[in-house]
Amino acid sequence: MNAPASPSKLIKGATGDWEVVIGMEIHAQVTSKSKLFSGASTTFGAEPNANVSLVDAAMPGMLPVINEECVKQAVRSGLGLKARINLRSTFDRKNYFYPDLPQGYQISQYKSPIVGEGEVLVDLPESGGQIRVGIERLHLEQDAGKSLHDQHPTMSFVDLNRSGVALMEIVSKPDLRSSEEARAYVTKLRTILRYLGTCDGNMEEGSLRADVNVSVRRPGEPLGTRCEIKNVNSIRFIGQAIEHEARRQIGIIEDGGVIEQETRLFDPGKGETRSMRSKEEAHDYRYFPDPDLLPLEFDQAFVDALAADLPELPDEKKARFIADYGVTPYDASVLVAERASADFYEAVAKGRDGKAAANWVINELFGRLNKEGKDVATSPVSAAQLGAIVDLIGEGVISGKIAKDLFEIVWSEGGDPRQIVESRGMKQVTDTGAIEAAIDAVIAANPDKVEQAKAKPTMIGWFVGQVMKQTGGKANPQAVNDMLKAKLGI
Amino acid sequence: MSDLTNLTLAEARDALVRRETSATDIAKAFLAAMEKARPLNAYVLETPEQALAMAAQSDERLARGEARPLEGIALGVKDLYATKGVRTTASSKILANFVPGYESTVTSQLWRDGAVMLGKLNNDEFAMGSSNETSAFGPVQSPWRREGSNAALVPGGSSGGSSAAVAARLCLGATATDTGGSIRQPAAFTGTVGIKPTYGRCSRWGIVAFASSLDQAGPIARTVRDNAILLRSMAGHDPKDTTSADLPVPDYEAAIGRSVKGMRIGIPKEYRLAGMPAEIEALWDKGAKWLRDAGAEIVEVSLPHTKYALPAYYIVAPAEASSNLARYDGVRYGLREPGRDIVEMYEKTRAAGFGAEVRRRVMIGTYVLSAGYYDAYYVRAQKIRTLIKRDFENVYAQGVHAILTPATPSAAFGIGEKGGEDPVEMYLNDIFTVTVNMAGLPGIAVPAGRSSEGLPLGLQLIGRAFDEETLFSLSEVIEQAAGRVELPQAWWA
Repeated sequence: MNAPASPSKLIKGATGDWEVVIGMEIHAQVTSKSKLFSGASTTFGAEPNANVSLVDAAMPGMLPVINEECVKQAVRSGLGLKARINLRSTFDRKNYFYPDLPQGYQISQYKSPIVGEGEVLVDLPESGGQIRVGIERLHLEQDAGKSLHDQHPTMSFVDLNRSGVALMEIVSKPDLRSSEEARAYVTKLRTILRYLGTCDGNMEEGSLRADVNVSVRRPGEPLGTRCEIKNVNSIRFIGQAIEHEARRQIGIIEDGGVIEQETRLFDPGKGETRSMRSKEEAHDYRYFPDPDLLPLEFDQAFVDALAADLPELPDEKKARFIADYGVTPYDASVLVAERASADFYEAVAKGRDGKAAANWVINELFGRLNKEGKDVATSPVSAAQLGAIVDLIGEGVISGKIAKDLFEIVWSEGGDPRQIVESRGMKQVTDTGAIEAAIDAVIAANPDKVEQAKAKPTMIGWFVGQVMKQTGGKANPQAVNDMLKAKLGI
Repeated sequence: MSDLTNLTLAEARDALVRRETSATDIAKAFLAAMEKARPLNAYVLETPEQALAMAAQSDERLARGEARPLEGIALGVKDLYATKGVRTTASSKILANFVPGYESTVTSQLWRDGAVMLGKLNNDEFAMGSSNETSAFGPVQSPWRREGSNAALVPGGSSGGSSAAVAARLCLGATATDTGGSIRQPAAFTGTVGIKPTYGRCSRWGIVAFASSLDQAGPIARTVRDNAILLRSMAGHDPKDTTSADLPVPDYEAAIGRSVKGMRIGIPKEYRLAGMPAEIEALWDKGAKWLRDAGAEIVEVSLPHTKYALPAYYIVAPAEASSNLARYDGVRYGLREPGRDIVEMYEKTRAAGFGAEVRRRVMIGTYVLSAGYYDAYYVRAQKIRTLIKRDFENVYAQGVHAILTPATPSAAFGIGEKGGEDPVEMYLNDIFTVTVNMAGLPGIAVPAGRSSEGLPLGLQLIGRAFDEETLFSLSEVIEQAAGRVELPQAWWA
């Protein structure tokens, strides 16, 4: 993808417009019980060095054995990214010394990854529209341990619990042109992986980290020199890091300088990137095929079986929601962002008015959940309860306004919405006699307003309000409106 | 029984089952011999308590008539094999105090079958050497001496402790490992028999790694039959080593005495080196004649890429070693030399912990894998490796069952005699053996005669992949024809 960026995405510098070009390497921790090459547990939050096998600690003579579940997860992820699955891939050693890297090398896939080229469709929530982001590859590799520098006055400690945990490195093509696109891409990738159950996407726990490659150029010119921002661990920070880095690079070039290829770190406190190491200081990783591991080979039937068991993915679900439930593309995107939300919506929408269901799920429920810091899984209002509320509106039993009160009651007290409506007398009044009586009473008490209304028909709103007040909000607003118009002669 | 240490492994096994002797008596006899033979420096650790406890257990089973295949067989273990609760050093300072909490697969199979551990055997540091002179414990002296000389000779390497201990009657058999000839060359130097099985035949799990794609476990023992008995227990598929082969293990002993009539034996012309000593050439011809006499057909074959094998080996093996030895960094176990920061700690630890030959190979390996050199060295060496494999496949495709070569270019040399100035002089010892590791094939060294100075000389038979049985059949023909090697005089006792 090298199409020129739309002008709205360009950054204005002092000397003209600039285009930012972004490619990403996402490190996604594979959801699996045990590590990539050992039987040790992957549970987060264990005591330091509680989940360490002889292999993870690189004891003499220990050998890696591939965890088949991790292979399956990588294949599932590849299928979810519409990518080519390589039936034969190989593992290489990436050699460097660091205390949290017990073997002195990371086992990774350098030359032949398990997954090749693919594609992700990304909706842009802020600027609208959709982009296609190419996937270069996905490969399996080991995570390193963790160095702790704050435990002792003169020593560093090492926690190897994470050492050897399986990661998927997902490399995008340099197809992203703004921080918004980058954020939307990571969000979408995270959604896909969570749907697949191959990565929990928990960025606070480090299950998803991004290395962001940023360069800038004049529109239409060849790619500029890139800098890599390492290990950014939140979607917001990814956006901030790109904005800062693009500005920094533009500033340097506009001042007559050149960009040096280097690795940088993002400082969330200062909101800026700073140099970590230059190209000259870059490691020579001395990659070579790991002689302890045979090539990873499986047949198409293995892939087909995994493909057959794949869940419906967000893009397909979104298309189906639009087609089957008549929701807008925007609402559909919101609903499918999380598999649990989509499932909740579908339980509400099934057999009901899909649009009304979407309105209630997104505006009332999600709005309220967000405010209270809850999610669908911990929602006090169940899909069945919300469905009942939608039913009561549809049947004309309650008005939309009453429905909001009812929602509040169900939220805080629980219970069967239909029974609540019954027992608390919340039913809508459609008895014209009762409404008429209320209207007559209001007209009789306010002759001056009646005169005003005849001159200014919009005054009818005041009358509607008064009648509703009289009826405790239960009168059918349409019936009130019609009857008032007739009585007032407007 | 007179001297239990003179028994072969098979003889001891049979005597034990017949209750003519006891496992405890055998263990005691060897423990006593080991004590006397300490000047040889074959053992780096004697484990008499384990030995006697294991022997007592064996005696109980023998008394109940429940003998396992190696019941009461007293063995030495190369110090490259992790032994649970027993110091395992790879004869390196960097692991000087390392006590593993786990047992290698191969040794655990030996103990499963009733064998008794006498102790840990010396070797070249991390198995890097051909003379056992690179050991942090110092060199091993061969029990052999040139006729009329008291000069100390090397027992070969890297399994020099294993070959010396077997030849000096300090165990019934020993475990060894072979990455470029480390079983076969020491066996040839000491008049013992050693087989490097097909790559994948024995699990590498729990054996300190030198070069993972070449390392293979195997036995050294006094006879072909003893090798066959030991290999059966050592071999087998291990799910913990994905390069180990999931194949049934044959009864190797049954292959001994099997007719070799009609077998085609290849003599590779490229192994006839210029300047090869006449006695080696004569030994080779004699070996071919013995096999012909037994009904085998001798054919000349060509392995055209042989001359590239040694240089290619000295790229591949150090490359893998440089990476395999990265874990010895002083962080988690083993030696640690303090430094001002982590980099200085690494540098000081590794400088103090590794000997000169290991440092040299780590540097060579690091160099050949470096950016800009990788394609010129490592990639080309791997291509040569493929060609060497193909050479053997072509020969076997012509109906050849095994290939006969000398095991070494010379008899044993003196301690300190070789490789001081030029390491290549030492590397040339492996000229006949490295091709076999590069191709992943099985190879056996069997004694076939003596040098003009009275030192043992060996021949090598190279087999088809996973056809160790044919090697046992053929090598026993040579063993029988050459006559059982007399054991060296116990000058140390």
